[in-house]
Amino acid sequence: MEWEVVIGLETHAQLSTRSKIFSGAATAYGAAPNSQACLVDLGFPGQLPVLNKEAVRMAVKFGLAIDAEIGMRSVFARKNYFYPDLPKGYQISQFELPIVGKGEINVVQEDGTTKTVGITRAHLEEDAGKSMHEGFAEHSGIDLNRAGTPLIEIVTEPDIRSAKEAVAYAKKLHALLLYLEICDGNMQEGSFRCDANVSMRPKGQKEYGTRAEIKNLNSFRFMEKAINYEIERQVDVLESGEKVVQETRLYDSDKDETRSMRSKEEANDYRYFPDPDLLPVELEQSFIEGVRKTLPELPDVKRARFVSDYILSDYDATILTDSRPLADYYEAVVIVCKESKLAANWVMGDFSAFLNKDNKDLAESPVSAEMLGGMLNRITDNTISGKIAKTVFEAMWAGEGDVDTIVEAKGLKQVTDTGAIEAIVDEVMANNTGQVEAYKSGKEQLFGFFVGQVMKASKGKANPAMVNELLKTKLNS
Amino acid sequence: MHNKSLAELAKGLQAREFSSEELTSSLLDRLEEKNAELNAFVTITRDNALEQARAADQKIAAGEAGLLTGVPIAQKDIFCTKGVKTTCGSKILDNFISPYDAHTVENCNDAGLVMLGKTNMDEFAMGSSNETSYYGAVKNPWNLDCVPGGSSGGSAAAVAARLVPAATGTDTGGSIRQPASLCGITGIKPTYGRVSRYGMIAFASSLDQGGVFTQNAGDAALMMGVMAGFDPRDSTSLDRPVPDYTATLNESVSGLKIGVPKEYFSEGLEAGTAEIIQAAIKEYEKLGAKIIEISLPNSALAIPTYYVIAPAECSSNLSRFDGVRYGYRSDNVTDLESLYVNSRSEGFGAEVKRRIMIGTYVLSAGYYDAYYIKAQKMRRLISDDFEQAFKQVDVIMGPTAPSPAFKIGEKTDDPVSMYLSDLYTGAVNLAGLPGMSIPAGFDHGLPVGLQLIGNYFDEALLLNVAHQFQLATDFHKQAPSGYA
Amino acid sequence: MSIEDSDIKKIAHLARIGIADGDIPGYAKELSNIMDLVEQMNAVDTESIEPMAHPLHAVQRLRDDVVSEPDLREAAQALAPETEAGLYLVPKVIE
Repeated sequence: MEWEVVIGLETHAQLSTRSKIFSGAATAYGAAPNSQACLVDLGFPGQLPVLNKEAVRMAVKFGLAIDAEIGMRSVFARKNYFYPDLPKGYQISQFELPIVGKGEINVVQEDGTTKTVGITRAHLEEDAGKSMHEGFAEHSGIDLNRAGTPLIEIVTEPDIRSAKEAVAYAKKLHALLLYLEICDGNMQEGSFRCDANVSMRPKGQKEYGTRAEIKNLNSFRFMEKAINYEIERQVDVLESGEKVVQETRLYDSDKDETRSMRSKEEANDYRYFPDPDLLPVELEQSFIEGVRKTLPELPDVKRARFVSDYILSDYDATILTDSRPLADYYEAVVIVCKESKLAANWVMGDFSAFLNKDNKDLAESPVSAEMLGGMLNRITDNTISGKIAKTVFEAMWAGEGDVDTIVEAKGLKQVTDTGAIEAIVDEVMANNTGQVEAYKSGKEQLFGFFVGQVMKASKGKANPAMVNELLKTKLNS
Repeated sequence: MHNKSLAELAKGLQAREFSSEELTSSLLDRLEEKNAELNAFVTITRDNALEQARAADQKIAAGEAGLLTGVPIAQKDIFCTKGVKTTCGSKILDNFISPYDAHTVENCNDAGLVMLGKTNMDEFAMGSSNETSYYGAVKNPWNLDCVPGGSSGGSAAAVAARLVPAATGTDTGGSIRQPASLCGITGIKPTYGRVSRYGMIAFASSLDQGGVFTQNAGDAALMMGVMAGFDPRDSTSLDRPVPDYTATLNESVSGLKIGVPKEYFSEGLEAGTAEIIQAAIKEYEKLGAKIIEISLPNSALAIPTYYVIAPAECSSNLSRFDGVRYGYRSDNVTDLESLYVNSRSEGFGAEVKRRIMIGTYVLSAGYYDAYYIKAQKMRRLISDDFEQAFKQVDVIMGPTAPSPAFKIGEKTDDPVSMYLSDLYTGAVNLAGLPGMSIPAGFDHGLPVGLQLIGNYFDEALLLNVAHQFQLATDFHKQAPSGYA
Repeated sequence: MSIEDSDIKKIAHLARIGIADGDIPGYAKELSNIMDLVEQMNAVDTESIEPMAHPLHAVQRLRDDVVSEPDLREAAQALAPETEAGLYLVPKVIE
């Protein structure tokens, strides 16, 4: 039987506020355990939540960015369950009336087609703390620094049909949150976490199958592997005539498998009800318009503009607008060097490769956009060749100065003096009389050999076009 | 000295008739002696109190004193007090030394009031007799075999026995007004949101409101001036100016329209209590007020509604007591489940567990709409009844409790009959309105309170109306024998 | 309204309250009595009534995003039953 997978994603993104969603404790990552858990976060008796305005603003910003309905009146509810990382015995979340309603996100896939993923809702809630299981024999240690960090939970419709689509959506969402500057997107630190609801159905069937929820997908690569594993597992189950059990499963990246989380298996009854410590959040239109003004140019709009303004392919534009810092960098390069295609090639090529190689963030790049643009200008004005430029770029990366300094110091200026090149050509021909004879008797593939010899003799500095021209003239005379 | 009212003590301190230290020390001596029979206090903070008193004396000497600087009071043990044990009447918090002060405690400290100790209460304020306290029942000073009412029974008994001139309380379904009635003193529960809930250990967040017990309405006006006010740490705190509650005490009640709900005089109300309340209302008529019969058609359903909403909220509010970060942890722990179950089962008393169970039930899947949403709808109807009534009248009056104080142990085996003690008070919390109870007479030697219910933010009017009654009567001046 | 023993077990588990098996029938009866009281609400038709979650007709106030709380771990953990290396300890959590 041919099976179709149906996937919905729930993403928890930490909002980049300074303080927590309901308290004045700091949200910075990596602090000493429980040093950023105040009495509200610890659920002390008599402590009360007060909502952080910035968290609301960020959630609205996200809603506007995906053109969703904004909940003009949203209500916080308590989700009740016992767990050591949940100090109050309930999580403050939103249930019936979320702050962001229906919206959609367009995802460009590898084959260039666009997939629209429906967003069911996005709501504000508080993060839980962390349980540490390592290092204790019979105990778990609880760190509540993370408790109360604002989260926006973004829930998709079951619109996704493959692991690749799921990853493409997650990457798009990730980029969008970074564009909006509302989440730092750090997946290792847990700022962006996805759960996938996966079910199978015979192709052509309308009803959904029973789903399993996979947790702990803390990288895009694991997401793809976990979903694919789960697809295979469910198909095996179904084809052996058994039923998929609705359950929560944890992805184990070491074993590359998902396994049932028994602790979460008991039927949960969260007893949601409106939190009586908090009042309904009512947004004024002026507040929303104020947030709208802070919206940056969004990735889709930017991509289209790159295609038309910089005459780039859709592919190049997609890569360059993948992240806002990269797009900004590219545009800064283009301001200096108008050759937009050349700039695109360098930003996507050597520049990105060097960042990767050194595992650096764009912000840490030793080569500024001005420096790179300046170097590209030296290519277009024939001061250096494209090949020499690679040497120059490497020197710039090593902090040896800007293009002109390096070209000067290393004597890399391209030779464009016809007389000088002619002298080298003559010398090469004189030293390789055998090859000259062979060429003249029809072995034309030797042309490349002569170019190579001339370039080598000029230490790469001879203008390649002029070398070609002079060689052709002399060899064919 | 102990018989003096709050205002009289304040005056004495300002006139340097006695120092705060002398006053505090003398009240502490008496308190320690009398508490042995009343059990009104869980903690007596002698050293802190004397220290506060000396600081107050310095302020008075330096001419920096406020109106109430140096006057001793007591705090209900539901209010967090920094460095002082704060138990909420529960074993689960028996070892809890609060690391911070409640807003009410901060306000009292700022006013220079001297705290003598923390008063006994029903566990987590769940009870109407003060019998659910881990620290044992409080005795009613009018009859030691009787309950003082609850949940703020310790505070009410302390003021009635003249151990302190004022004590704070909280009122979720009647927990200030009912014990005030049963102990023959003045108690006020202001409009929901008027006193910050920050640091007041939550029972039912949408109903809880702090207030105070005093000998008379004038003292209550002074205390409300200290306790009321905006607090940004409580999302439900009201950002409105606090009037001078004493400024309007002397206004005449002539022409005041008093609504008397006919439903408050039907079955359930004891005849002796009914007579006293009718007489009190007559007294107002003599003072020139107009008595208008009104109807609060849904008032009989306030208790059923209350016993959905309050337990629902409490079941969630009390989940934080899990033996992990503070409070009682069972010795009998083998795994996470037993940590939770044993700590909570051993730490909570029977009534608290009962209410957690009810609350969990009414919120659980399949029952939420039938009970919780239904109760919220009833809450609107009950609130609307008051809204209609206040279109016609200025103040509503009736009994505070269906009967005077009952015997200790009389209702402990029958939760439903105990719940009916809040028959006339619970609706006021559901609507969020201000209410008071003032002494209106005695039935077989036990005090009976008259309940005054005001429109939103009408605390000043309630205090004025109560004060005018107290100018014409002397029920509030009577102290139980042995405590006069 | 009659609450069954099985309901009591379910609720007790959700609430993490231990009830001895022998006490369950008594509990069921007591809670049934309370629910009988509660069910008096059903005498009123509330079909078209808007639920009221809160007595105030107010809306949520918003706080500025300012870090105001210092590290108070020491004071807070002085009250804890069991801590180690700044962590609150609980019996091992199995996931």
